[in-house]
Amino acid sequence: MAEPLLEATGLIKRFGGIVATDNLSLTVLPGEIHAVIGPNGAGKTTLIAQLSGELRSDSGTIRFAGEDVTDLPVYDRSRRGLARSFQITSVFRAFTALENVALALQAHDGHSFRFWRDATRDPALLDPARRMLDQVGLGARAHIAAAELAHGEQRQLEIAMALATGPRMLLLDEPMAGMGRDEAIRMTGFLRTLKQSETILLIEHDMDVVFALADRITVLVYGRAIASGTPAEIRANPDVRQAYLGEDEHA
Amino acid sequence: MPLLLFLEQTLNGLQFGVTLFLMAAGLTLVLGIMNMVNLAHGAFYMLGAYFAATLVPLTGSFFLSVILALLGAAAVGLLTEMVALRTLYSRDHLDQVLATFGLILFFRELVKILWGPIAIFMDVPTLFSGRVEIVPGAPYPVYRLLVLAVGVAVGAFLWWLITRTRLGMLIRAGASNREMVGALGVDIKRLYTLVFALGCALAALAGVMAGPLYVVDIGMGDDILIKTFVVIVIGGIGSVRGAFVAAIIVGMVDTFGRILPSQFGLSATIAELAIYILMAAVLFWKPRGLFPAAG
Amino acid sequence: MIGSLDRSRVFILALLAALALLPILATLGGEEFYIGQFRRILIFAIAAISLDLILGYGGMVSLGHAAFIGVGAYVVGILVHHASEETLFLGILPGTFEPLIAWPAAMLISAALAFVIGLISLRTSGVYFIMITLAFAQMVYYVFVSLRTYGGDDGLRFRGGDTLAGIIDLGDDLTFYYVVFAVLLGVLYLGRRLVRSRFGRVIEGCRENERRMRALGFPSYRYKLAAFTIAGGVAGLAGALFATHESYISPSIMHWTRSGDLIIMVILGGMGTLYGPLVGAIVFMLMEKFLPDYTQHWQIVFGPILVLIVLFAKRGVFGWVLPPRSGGGHG
Repeated sequence: MAEPLLEATGLIKRFGGIVATDNLSLTVLPGEIHAVIGPNGAGKTTLIAQLSGELRSDSGTIRFAGEDVTDLPVYDRSRRGLARSFQITSVFRAFTALENVALALQAHDGHSFRFWRDATRDPALLDPARRMLDQVGLGARAHIAAAELAHGEQRQLEIAMALATGPRMLLLDEPMAGMGRDEAIRMTGFLRTLKQSETILLIEHDMDVVFALADRITVLVYGRAIASGTPAEIRANPDVRQAYLGEDEHA
Repeated sequence: MPLLLFLEQTLNGLQFGVTLFLMAAGLTLVLGIMNMVNLAHGAFYMLGAYFAATLVPLTGSFFLSVILALLGAAAVGLLTEMVALRTLYSRDHLDQVLATFGLILFFRELVKILWGPIAIFMDVPTLFSGRVEIVPGAPYPVYRLLVLAVGVAVGAFLWWLITRTRLGMLIRAGASNREMVGALGVDIKRLYTLVFALGCALAALAGVMAGPLYVVDIGMGDDILIKTFVVIVIGGIGSVRGAFVAAIIVGMVDTFGRILPSQFGLSATIAELAIYILMAAVLFWKPRGLFPAAG
Repeated sequence: MIGSLDRSRVFILALLAALALLPILATLGGEEFYIGQFRRILIFAIAAISLDLILGYGGMVSLGHAAFIGVGAYVVGILVHHASEETLFLGILPGTFEPLIAWPAAMLISAALAFVIGLISLRTSGVYFIMITLAFAQMVYYVFVSLRTYGGDDGLRFRGGDTLAGIIDLGDDLTFYYVVFAVLLGVLYLGRRLVRSRFGRVIEGCRENERRMRALGFPSYRYKLAAFTIAGGVAGLAGALFATHESYISPSIMHWTRSGDLIIMVILGGMGTLYGPLVGAIVFMLMEKFLPDYTQHWQIVFGPILVLIVLFAKRGVFGWVLPPRSGGGHG
């Protein structure tokens, strides 16, 4: 088995008396889509927050690309190639789609203590930004303010921005949140193409999507990983059926 | 430092501390529950003092004047809340800063029109105008002890209100989780108005009690307002307990800060800086104050 | 869309032209008084523009900006005072009458103070940030009140320091006006370059969504601190000009309510527009000057007006001239 790109070991996070993450370990191998599923409140968002660096774990380590990133702040992890998209759309609403992506590109193009040149017309930023928008299918909407995009388009922009940072791995937090049937199908297709070039940790609720895309699945219940393996293994796992899939019609 | 001076200053510090607490309690609740920055809080301190200063000669009774002043300030607060402040709860802090700044200008000018620009004076009520020797050889003004007693009593009352009543439960819930309170089916608007009026009454009480000790003029709200903000930042926004602890600390630091420098031959500037340095230090170590309530 | 952009451009050009012509018209009309008045307004406009950088573009609500103006003013005042008294500052540094030394010194020292205050304040956010900037401003205010050597509460009058590079006579109303106007134009030009630069994009991004900025890889604190420092330095320049204009320094210029006035100027004119604060400064200071002639109690009207503006006219005067933002770009 190849060296994992992301390796979380023994993560623990407590909020007062509640244990949100309970001695959680997982790995993500290069080139795979690793889905994390679990009922509401299982600690999926807390996990992403810890992996991306927004939350400091009470104990445990996180290794990314062979390096210990446990104590690194969010922006340092991002600069090392760990990009994240948000469950609740977190874009720059007053900026156009193009400006959003341009800013994401700017983040990984050296430092931004540049005070003189006009960045709003810089082809070095705008051209790749336009290409990225075309790639995710938002090319026609480049000059629309993010706030005025349709919900599905905003979700696409979310991912475009994460992609624009040229990541080695993507943490996608429910990319299909709030999407209608058609939009979700399109997003699934997009994620499938993405899989060819990116390593992805995917948090998702939609079981169809998870079983269609994932190479491996980890099931989270009350902050603990109760099972981890291929989709077939997970489907067959009795603990999983009892705790989670039992509630779901589509198992 | 001579022991008697130390004791005297300690009592002064505690007395100023409880005055700050009365101011801070209301402000921290408004900030914690309604997430509103209210720069005009000092205006109610001022109104309380002005009301009382006018009512005492009229009614001849200090006690009655205090009650009326509190009611008057609460009424003004209610009116202000309903007319001007309601819409600000959902706005960002900048809007609130500006709007309440506008209110400060308004109230200041209103007081100037009604009472004139010159400071007015409030006598210490005769019943409490004496001195008492709590420690032999050290007479201490009875009135200051009264202020201290009132502050502690109010503190006890607030503690009871917040920990033992349903209203208090809503207040605590509101301070840490605004949405939850709405989900509990409570009339949010009424809760907000009540909390705001309570805050104004507390500020007015502080002003009334402070009236005989310091001068009653238009600028009196400014200085104490900033010190009040220092208190709630140190104590943690939304926490009345934090406000109490921080108010006592700030009261003591400020009082001792005024006399210690001369004791050691340092410049009196240190006095004014002391509490701000304290605040910067606390924020550096605990960016959300000592007892942050917000979750 | 093109039409409205043109409209804002025309507005700005007209305004700047009017300001350029004002002293000449005033002299012709025999109302030289207005030259000094408007010079004062332009100086505060420079300060308001510096505040717009952190407030309008950066979203940092600082209630302590006046402190930097004050420090800038005091640097100039102290230097000129020591030069005219022929004494040494702290016993080591000689004073100077030369604005080309005093003004940059004022900027540097204000920027340094802004750096220190920002270093601590920017660790907080939201309400805490507002409070801590307020507290720092009060601290600075009290430090200067306590400086008996430089007049303390009463302030300090000084003479001299009004010949620029030995040739430009700042004592002449008209000349000094154009010097200030030139500085204003410089600040506007450099400001415009700054807000359109990569740095400017980061600052605006931090205002829009700091969490996302950090997720994208920007160490947001560093950039905000840099903006805060720059704004402080420019405010210090305004202070330096003010001191030279008044030949008088006093702590009242850095009282926290002056910071409130600055914020009002920015909002009144239109925040996040760079030219808005110029408009706002003009409107606010003209009101401040002429409303009292109508009633001594104008603040009782101004207060509620301010509340109404906040509630209904947030975009300010210049904001009204600009097209509604369909993108983040600026004119």
